[in-house]
Amino acid sequence: MAKNKKMNRTARTYLTSFLLVAIFYGAVELIKFSGHLTSKATGLLIPVCAYIMMAISLNLVVGFLGELSLGHAAFMSAGAFVGVFFYNTAGASLPGWLSVVLAFVIGGIAAGIFGVIVGVPVLRLSGDYLAIVTLAFGEILKNVLNSLYIGVDSAGVHFSLKDQFSLNMEPTGKVLMKGAMGITGIKKFSYFSVGILLIVLTLIFVLNLMNSRAGRAITAIRDDEIAAKSVGINLTSYKLMAFVSSAVIAGLSGVLYALNFASLVAKKFDYNLSINILVMVVLGGMGSIPGAIVAAVILTVLPEMLRGFSQYRMFIYSIVLIVMMLFNRAPAFVAWRQRLGLKIHTKKNGNSGSTAEDGKKEE
Amino acid sequence: MALLEVRNLGISFGGLQAVSGLDLTIDSGHLYGLIGPNGAGKTTAFNMLTGMYRPTEGTITFDGVNITGKDPEYISKAGIARTFQNIRLFSAMSVLDNVKVGMHNRVTYGMFDGVFRTKKYHRREQEMNEKAISLLKVFGIGDKADYAASQLPYGQQRKLEICRALASDPKLLLLDEPAAGMNPNETAELMETVRKVRDEFGIAILLIEHDMKFVMGICEDITVLEYGKIIAHGDPDTVANDPEVIKAYLGGDDEN
Repeated sequence: MAKNKKMNRTARTYLTSFLLVAIFYGAVELIKFSGHLTSKATGLLIPVCAYIMMAISLNLVVGFLGELSLGHAAFMSAGAFVGVFFYNTAGASLPGWLSVVLAFVIGGIAAGIFGVIVGVPVLRLSGDYLAIVTLAFGEILKNVLNSLYIGVDSAGVHFSLKDQFSLNMEPTGKVLMKGAMGITGIKKFSYFSVGILLIVLTLIFVLNLMNSRAGRAITAIRDDEIAAKSVGINLTSYKLMAFVSSAVIAGLSGVLYALNFASLVAKKFDYNLSINILVMVVLGGMGSIPGAIVAAVILTVLPEMLRGFSQYRMFIYSIVLIVMMLFNRAPAFVAWRQRLGLKIHTKKNGNSGSTAEDGKKEE
Repeated sequence: MALLEVRNLGISFGGLQAVSGLDLTIDSGHLYGLIGPNGAGKTTAFNMLTGMYRPTEGTITFDGVNITGKDPEYISKAGIARTFQNIRLFSAMSVLDNVKVGMHNRVTYGMFDGVFRTKKYHRREQEMNEKAISLLKVFGIGDKADYAASQLPYGQQRKLEICRALASDPKLLLLDEPAAGMNPNETAELMETVRKVRDEFGIAILLIEHDMKFVMGICEDITVLEYGKIIAHGDPDTVANDPEVIKAYLGGDDEN
């Protein structure tokens, strides 16, 4: 423990993050090996991995950049649909592994492009505009995907936002996307180890980025925009860097999530999902990567575990939320945790050191 | 040629003329003071010099280049750094990181180097760490490098802010009320530090200050503003005995 205290914050974050992923992986493999992993639990593995990625990625925007995004599920959705669309069409003629890799690459890029489209106009402003715009973007994308029909026949590709018949296809044509029914017939590709690999890559990317010149610029913008400007940081480009990186990771997690199911519908990526991811970030402690991982696992597994007591499910869920919130924020708990040397979130200095000058800053 | 030449600088917000006809000439290696009653337009002048506000009239020439109306990023790169009246540190970041953020445009590497931890990353980070620690040591807070900025006592936060500004290797340092909220001991210590900065780094310093002992004791050239206009200019003695200045500070009979 004494040695642990001497380590600086950065090293500790790296260590805890990777350790948590290793424990998660080890525990699952152990249960699997002992034959106690139910099929229901197996079905949860990939979604948990996807949500861990989502929580880390949203943390980049909310925790490190200090901007609020209320439509993060939309980037997941964009990645999922574009990635799977490719996987089901062009990818079908490629060797399995290549089509999967390309599905991830293309899904990630697509989500990134949406990130640029949303980010460029909005991130030039300071304030809560990002929250408003991402909220709208999420709803728009969901509704468009929900009514989008795509088909292909010998004459080429057909689009419609009305119904399948207005595609005007030849009888031999194939419908690739059926509005609210989404994309069906996905050849499932769900390996837990791929999910873990993606989490590890995400962790390396995010932790390395945040502990570099760019990451410092991003956190500086969060802490004080005016001071960041005065030391010559280009606010827009660093905000955009954080936001688009976050969108790309969300897109990758979307592809991972979608490849786990036989069909993909837009309704899954709704406002509730965006808020759930946000809850994970807030409960894990904003700006804390290990916290986001723990919160993502608990908040994905818990509702499923409670399905048995459906009457009390939401009741218990909300109690757990309150307990976690207290554990993270209540001064008595924070002090108790620090005594235990259990530093769950790194940003503990955010509101503890409120002295005279803090009051002065508000002026 | 002077390092900074400000000619006839002015700004108005709607109908309010906050500053007008401001002239300043600043040479390397000297200490300048900008004083005046509250609301005289001193901080507004700083905001124009650093690109936070766009002047509505006049020109700012820095190091031979016209920087009037340029953005803060450009001006910071050109070599003007500042501190703020109400300390603006990156409070959740470590003391060391605050200084390293100050070097943002001096020691650079790309996002790629950072993510893939290239050789360049390690070299530049080490360079930054060494430079930052030596800067912190000049201000006697080298042992606080790993603290969060918000954990420092008030006086050290002021010092850290100056450190961060110096980290960008400025040619001109603007200090906005560096002694505000300090006790006499801290103020005396700060005077020494400011002088040391000027001597060691050989840069020009322009400071706004209300503590007259501080200004008179340290500045070689003082400009006095009132209602956005210059009412006096000269060495400390001239300014201190100027009837306009005395009137501005102590109030006078308007009938006379």
